[in-house]
Amino acid sequence: MIKIKNLHKSFNSHKVLRGVNLEIPQGSMTFIMGGSGTGKSVLLKHIVGLIRPDEGEIWFEGQDITKLSERELQKVRKKIGLLFQEGALFDSMTVAENVAFPLKEHSGLSEKEIMHKVEELLSAVELLPAKDKYPSELSGGMKKRASLARTLALNPQVVLFDEPTTGLDPILQNTIMDLIRRVKEQFGLTCVIVSHDVPLALRYGTYLAFLHEGVIVESGTPKEILSSSHPYVTKFLESALMDIKKE
Amino acid sequence: MRLFQFLGSGFISFLQDVGGIFLFFWKALIFTFTPPFRFRLFLKQVEFIGVRSWLVVALTALFSGMVTAYQVHHALVKFGGQSVLGGVVALTLTRELGPVLSAIMVVARAGSAMTAELGSMRITEQIDALKIMAVNPIQYLVTPRLWAGMLVVPLLTAMADLIGIAGGYVIGVLVLGIDHGIFMAKMKDMVELVDIMSGICKSIFFGAFLVSVCCYKGYYARGGAEGIGRATTEAVVISSVGILIFDYIMTTLFF
Ligand SMILES: Nc1ncnc2c1ncn2[C@@H]1O[C@H](COP(=O)(O)OP(=O)(O)OP(=O)(O)O)[C@@H](O)[C@H]1O
Ligand SMILES: [Mg+2]
Repeated sequence: MIKIKNLHKSFNSHKVLRGVNLEIPQGSMTFIMGGSGTGKSVLLKHIVGLIRPDEGEIWFEGQDITKLSERELQKVRKKIGLLFQEGALFDSMTVAENVAFPLKEHSGLSEKEIMHKVEELLSAVELLPAKDKYPSELSGGMKKRASLARTLALNPQVVLFDEPTTGLDPILQNTIMDLIRRVKEQFGLTCVIVSHDVPLALRYGTYLAFLHEGVIVESGTPKEILSSSHPYVTKFLESALMDIKKE
Repeated sequence: MRLFQFLGSGFISFLQDVGGIFLFFWKALIFTFTPPFRFRLFLKQVEFIGVRSWLVVALTALFSGMVTAYQVHHALVKFGGQSVLGGVVALTLTRELGPVLSAIMVVARAGSAMTAELGSMRITEQIDALKIMAVNPIQYLVTPRLWAGMLVVPLLTAMADLIGIAGGYVIGVLVLGIDHGIFMAKMKDMVELVDIMSGICKSIFFGAFLVSVCCYKGYYARGGAEGIGRATTEAVVISSVGILIFDYIMTTLFF
């Protein structure tokens, strides 16, 4: 589906990605895990062409995304959605207007159909009561959900989620993940999810990858990951699962 | 040696800015002619610039007109030429003060706000969000502002000309006692359509220039809230000084 080959990226002298190789399987729920500041967000931004790599290739539908012009990228971006870590909602617009925005730009639907679709999306993320609020009036978790609704509005084939559940309460985390899984199954999406949350990744993920010191050190199904012998991966898993094991 | 290095790097970043601003202006202009056309956003920006700026422009113009009348009168009296006061005041306003003061006030009121707004959109990734929703951010954000600037600054200039002349009239006729008929006659004699148009032409250019600078600085802002503050200051300084420099250049070359 998406194939990342030998991706390198530095900011000034700070080497963030040092040869990332990763293949994201079609229709999978791929989790990218790794410590804070290891470049997970940077990696996602490469996949939609917001950042150009210093070296390396990203293949999607027979094209190397890193070589496309801005105009060619626009076509790719209608197929690949990205949920920003901080939401990136337009703060001059209400929640409903934010969700309606991509529909107004690209869907060709009538005003009424858009309204309808927006309400549908907002009720799916349990945000309908807040539809006329501005982003500055929302909590962090509400922003995430509004942004999620906006990302799903255009029915992309691939959606990249940058920490969609961080900062939400556990019940809402599951609601959101269930929602993601439901749309994924309904529309046959491929989902790429950046997260620190090991239990969540083990429960929902079909494919897991660990980013450490600028490379993918381990990847595979949850089962394969659990039996990994890579020292960083075992340490990461152990720290996350310690409390659960103790019980 | 240090000094040269310092000046050198300063000069290089200055050149980068100049090139960047010109390219930015050019892109925003080109995107006018490719769909989608964003007429509503343009109207919104017209309102934004106009509403924010008109009162300050009016006040500035009024007081500049009044003080100009005093100063010019003071000079003219020395050789007994005070009868031409109306003409001189009107010329000064339409050719110089109207366009320059209006543009600088628009920078202060609307330009700085544009930089801050775009800067905050950059920092909070809203510009990236536009991109990934396959919307060209320059076309969406900058093109409407550019055209609004090129329309509203001349309109404000025309208003400033009128108000400034009215201020000059109040001082010249009502306070300094110049005859109403003479004041008006001299004004009609001395001010030609060309003078007014030269001021308006300048103001169209100033509008394009100040919007380009202010949007450019906001669009490429980096470094959090502090970065937005820095970008805003730079935008205001560059556009204000730039307006005065371009005013000089255009006056000597064309008008
Ligand atoms: N535009 C940029 N300019 C300079 N440095 C950057 C830029 N974007 C990211 N970085 C640097 O790249 C590194 C990785 O950042 P990134 O945001 O990808 O981390 P992350 O893995 O998403 O972390 P977190 O889990 O905290 O979100 C950081 O050290 C950051 O400072
Ligand atoms: Mg991140």
